[in-house]
Amino acid sequence: MNLATALARLLIFPGLLFAVPAAWFILWVERKAVALMQGRVGPPFMQPFFDFVKLLGKSTPPRPGIGGLLMKAWPLIAVSSAAGAVGLLPVLPSSGGFEGDLILLLALLELPSMCIIAAGFSSRSIFGEIGSAREAVLSVAYNIVFLLAIVSIAASQHTFRLEALAALPATPLRWLGVLALLVCLPAKLHLNPFSLPNAEQEIYSGPMVEYAGPELAMWELSHGLEWVAATGLVATLAAPHIALWWLAALVFIVFSFFIVLGLSALASATARLAIDTTVRFYWQCTLIFAVLAVSSALLMRLRS
Amino acid sequence: MKLWNKLMCYSRRHSPWIFHMNSGSCNGCDIEIVASLSPRYDAEQLGVRLEGSPRHADILCITGPVTNNAVNAIKTVYDQVLGPKAVVAIGSCPASTNVFIDSRTLAGPLNKHIPVDVFVPGCPPRPDAIIQGVARAAAILAERSLNPPITEVSIAAVDIAAGNEEVQS
Repeated sequence: MNLATALARLLIFPGLLFAVPAAWFILWVERKAVALMQGRVGPPFMQPFFDFVKLLGKSTPPRPGIGGLLMKAWPLIAVSSAAGAVGLLPVLPSSGGFEGDLILLLALLELPSMCIIAAGFSSRSIFGEIGSAREAVLSVAYNIVFLLAIVSIAASQHTFRLEALAALPATPLRWLGVLALLVCLPAKLHLNPFSLPNAEQEIYSGPMVEYAGPELAMWELSHGLEWVAATGLVATLAAPHIALWWLAALVFIVFSFFIVLGLSALASATARLAIDTTVRFYWQCTLIFAVLAVSSALLMRLRS
Repeated sequence: MKLWNKLMCYSRRHSPWIFHMNSGSCNGCDIEIVASLSPRYDAEQLGVRLEGSPRHADILCITGPVTNNAVNAIKTVYDQVLGPKAVVAIGSCPASTNVFIDSRTLAGPLNKHIPVDVFVPGCPPRPDAIIQGVARAAAILAERSLNPPITEVSIAAVDIAAGNEEVQS
């Protein structure tokens, strides 16, 4: 991948120019789906965009010193890493990529949650600190399953290159891995059964409690971009490989849309779990399947 | 620049995030605020979102006749809402202290302490009246330019929120 294609992928497709409207669209679909499930009409189509513009026009409280600078920096780091993760997705066939870009994608996908943890602690609000501690525990809980699922997919197909993974035909083991990824997505995106860190009324939206105006807008945007990147990763692994570029992009968008719909339906149908129940769910119920998937992947590899 | 201002006005009118605060209310109006977000009235169609933190909110919805204990809290929360902001007084209590008038435990009405933009009278007001009040406050907000530079009071509010001081009751 040379510099020009890398920049085109980061800035145009599937990078910022595509991903930012897609992020707003996904945020709208999430809210609308919850509203429809509750028998309401829900927000208008442009709502996330209006929220974003409005937040840009609000003022921020004065925060002197290095703490204030850090608090300004975290949302920007989160947005740029999430945008980078989206830019790595191999939506178009033969769009480039390099050996090991899956690992980079995972690292970039993890960075926003690190930023959330740091943001809560640097806000020095007691609610922010509780939210950050919860986020840290949650990320330890789901990440083992998430990473094991990715490792089992990559090991069973002998590559850490996203484009090669997308091109290879899906095996039963890969479907198991995709299923494990889907189980981790609600926790990664802080959706309802696992919306512990950003509990709105319980700890006043946790790490975000002190954020206002443009910084909050950046957090919303990074949340949307995380949505695009995470659903895009699952869609890439689940969608069949198609040589026609427009059909490939269409299939990618349709797959992402249905994943978003499913996750929103789950979010509106469930209530928030306590932190110990969440950790037990991931460590006791889901981890077994992830370990099974990874060990069978390694066994298959030894046999072949 | 003119286009941006127009877009900003439009966005402010279509995305009022509210923060609800109880200043000694009997809970009647608080229930009606929740009812206005329920499926029957569905204020989210206007972009209304009930926020947990005053930092995120544009519109401060205050219920209750403002008891002596609540005055400092109201001022703190008012400073924590960042500009441009609007205040909606919900119910007859914050407007006139209602049946609690002349009580020695009250410091109301509300507009003695903070500027109020919209009054929604009623005991309690109907949810559709509350939604209309919020919509009117959002229209006021859209026209309002950024507040003047943040004063000393607001910096004290930052410290309180950061846990450096105890919130005085």
